[in-house]
Amino acid sequence: MNDEIRAILKEHGRLAVDVAGLADDADLYQAGMTSHASVNVMLALEGTFDVEFPDRMLRRGVFESIAAIRAAIDELKQG
Amino acid sequence: MTTESTHSSHVGVVAQIAREIGAPAADSVDREARFPAEAVDALKKARMMSALVPRELGGFGCGMIELAAMCEALAQHCAAAGMVFSMHHIQVASVLRHAMGQPYYQAYIRDLVEKQYLIASATSEVGIGGEMRTSHCAVQRLGDGRFKLDKDCSTISYGAQADDILFQARRGPDSPPNDQIFVLVRKKDYALTQKGSWDTLGMRGTCSPPFLLNSSGEEGQIFTTPFADVATETQVPFSHILWSSVWLGIATAAVTRARAYVRQQARAKPGTLPPAALRLAEVSSMLQTMRTNVHDVASECEGLMRDEKAGTAALSSISFALKMNNLKVSSSQVAVQIIHHALLICGIMGYKNDSKFAVGRHLRDAHSAALMVNNDRIFATNASMLLVLKDD
Repeated sequence: MNDEIRAILKEHGRLAVDVAGLADDADLYQAGMTSHASVNVMLALEGTFDVEFPDRMLRRGVFESIAAIRAAIDELKQG
Repeated sequence: MTTESTHSSHVGVVAQIAREIGAPAADSVDREARFPAEAVDALKKARMMSALVPRELGGFGCGMIELAAMCEALAQHCAAAGMVFSMHHIQVASVLRHAMGQPYYQAYIRDLVEKQYLIASATSEVGIGGEMRTSHCAVQRLGDGRFKLDKDCSTISYGAQADDILFQARRGPDSPPNDQIFVLVRKKDYALTQKGSWDTLGMRGTCSPPFLLNSSGEEGQIFTTPFADVATETQVPFSHILWSSVWLGIATAAVTRARAYVRQQARAKPGTLPPAALRLAEVSSMLQTMRTNVHDVASECEGLMRDEKAGTAALSSISFALKMNNLKVSSSQVAVQIIHHALLICGIMGYKNDSKFAVGRHLRDAHSAALMVNNDRIFATNASMLLVLKDD
């Protein structure tokens, strides 16, 4: 799943660095992801993993790292 | 007015300053594009620059609701004074919510209470404009615990009159444009070079020309909280609510003049409804809707800000950001509509600048509202957020 998340970040995250060089817990905002870009990342994640992030999850913290995104998707898949 | 009868004594003090000191100076502040020094000095003497500071630290412990009422009361008589007061408090709120864990700011707030500093913000940057979540300038750490920071600012409101300046910059020379810190620089540590004029349609007394800001300071002055969190949890809600309160004050003042005009017409011909009376009834309803909107959002925001646990999560949610942005675009648009109605009611007597029913200044001041963080930019942000928000 992390590879798919990385592919989405590469295409939509508009990061200032190569996503391949980022650790799973690296801060994506410090890597250059803007609020606008994060919306596109959310849309791509919802499309790819067939989930819908409820409004309570639409916060900065939920999308701040690959690990955090993974945890959020796992939670939705289990729910 | 409602603000004077239903709020605290602190609001009453500010309303009195607005009436007795702000109002007589308002026309000259506007005409000469000069800083509303009399009103700001009176606010300092009344210790209102630290109104938000908790009582145990020497302030009045006011919250969003009282502060919004103060901005509204000031702007009813002098929009520039109201706007300066609102901008200062956005900065104080940011320090209080995000930096009180830092020794530098614990000492700073004590100083602010004692000396009643006026804090400006240097938010906008040449080449970037008002997109506050993007910076070009960057902190240069000098290695001896100090930093150097230069910013080419497209505008700094009351930059020349302020005691200190708070602004955002990139964390370091290698940081991407959105990896920002927030920092306060002190008057003794900065130089401002004015690069242009401030000869504008309205809000002339805010004295907001472009400046080159060259500053330095101790690393302890850099907020440890990232600017992104400061912006979301404090800068955006405070600015949109307090600015909306200023616009509400301006709109209220224009309607007050329209009401006086219609009453005068009615007295001239008792038994006949003056032609403008229906339009007055219409604008009265518009003003009530605007007031309810501003007060409702201010009240919700104060509740969230006082709730240390659940509040922060709610403040940083997309749905809250959308609500704040909706308040800003709606109140900035409706204020102009309301004042335009007041102009139609007063007719030529509203159009004449030297008439007691003049609303030209109000209309010009209110036109700034859609431009302070341009509404088109905000609509674009909202459009983007609505793609993921479910309203569930």
